[in-house]
Amino acid sequence: MELLHVGLAALGAGLAVLGAGVGVGKIGGSAMDAIARQPEASGKIQTAMIIAAALVEGVALFGVVAALLGVLTT
Amino acid sequence: MQPNLEPIILSRTGTMIAHKSFKIIVTLTLAFVLLPFFAFASANKVAEESEEKEFNPTDMIMHHIGDSHGWHFFGSGDNSVTLPLPVILWTDNGLVSFMSSEFHHDTEGHHIVEKDGQRFVNYHEDIYQLEEGVEAVEFDEEHHPLNASKPLDLSVTKNVAAMFLTVILMIWFFFGLASFHKKKAHAPKGFNNALEALVLFVRDEIARPQIGEKKYMKFMPFLLTVFFFIWITNLMGLLPGAANVTGNIAVTVSLGLFTLVLILVNGSKDYWKHTFWMPGIPTWVKPILAIVEGAGIFIKPIALMIRLFANITAGHIIILSLIGLIFILESHGVAGISVPFALFITILELLVAFLQAFIFTILSALFIGMAVEEHEHH
Repeated sequence: MELLHVGLAALGAGLAVLGAGVGVGKIGGSAMDAIARQPEASGKIQTAMIIAAALVEGVALFGVVAALLGVLTT
Repeated sequence: MQPNLEPIILSRTGTMIAHKSFKIIVTLTLAFVLLPFFAFASANKVAEESEEKEFNPTDMIMHHIGDSHGWHFFGSGDNSVTLPLPVILWTDNGLVSFMSSEFHHDTEGHHIVEKDGQRFVNYHEDIYQLEEGVEAVEFDEEHHPLNASKPLDLSVTKNVAAMFLTVILMIWFFFGLASFHKKKAHAPKGFNNALEALVLFVRDEIARPQIGEKKYMKFMPFLLTVFFFIWITNLMGLLPGAANVTGNIAVTVSLGLFTLVLILVNGSKDYWKHTFWMPGIPTWVKPILAIVEGAGIFIKPIALMIRLFANITAGHIIILSLIGLIFILESHGVAGISVPFALFITILELLVAFLQAFIFTILSALFIGMAVEEHEHH
């Protein structure tokens, strides 16, 4: 039973990371496109990219923390 | 003659540089070759000890990322080198304080410290006050103590001591920089110059674009303090034997609360109007949006707090897990892979330490900027 809990928690963390991976990948890819189009605006694009990536990453970390709590409280 | 000398000097400095970098390369190679052997030596030692005590990776990791009542550097049991820190307890009979060394490195609740007729034990870094005539603390199934009470713990723990250290460093750095500028008008040199570049980075890349030209100066002290506090504690947390301050949820909660209070206090009339009665949308949508935006006020600092906590904790857990693999698999060959990997992650953590300080500051500035912004009325 405990093994099931740990397995489900790990699966949940994995799913959260999957979503965040797609999100951060899209943000990074779009930022690359934007920088290639307008290299002179790269500073501004980078700042906006980091903010957006941090917001997406925050959601993934919610998932990881929830999974960690699931493991530690069983 | 003069021009002919130049190439000779140049080539000489060139060989000197080459000689120096050769030395560095040799040292690094030796370090890489020798590191697995050092790890092997300590693995052997642990293997000998583990005949009595099984190695538990979860316990090891939780012990390393958790807080404690003494600053433990190395060694185990009675041979460990620990900096004693004051334990301050608020009990029914008032304030009680003693040094953590009186527990004699015991965290299993065996060693009883007696002060003013009250008896205390340290059980897994929680201090319990034992009742009369009790020798050891006992727990029920939900982990509530049966024969002991938990006094309010106001101790200077390892994390608090590390925060004091950061505060002392920050006061030393920045009062030095400020007094330099009071005395002299020219640009600073050396370390002060590096600090000034970072201060200007916070002003020009974080505060000014996010908060706006008119109001950013009011929030500069907060943003600078938060940025340097998080960055310096993150970097110090990467040192061997150091405390994991920003990986402690209580610390990040306090940092998030500062941002929340700043938003609540400085929110303009327009901000509250746009939060609870958004203009320009159908009336029946307004209450729904008010609930979502109202929740958003609290979700923003919670997201800040979880992000910093989880990033730093995750980094520490990865490094410790990689080192722990050596002891789990009990083979020195693993060290050849896991030690370079741990080194790689540690170097990555140097970047993360800066990035998290930057993100916390820029998002705080963004949220404050949203709150103080005054909209043009059409």
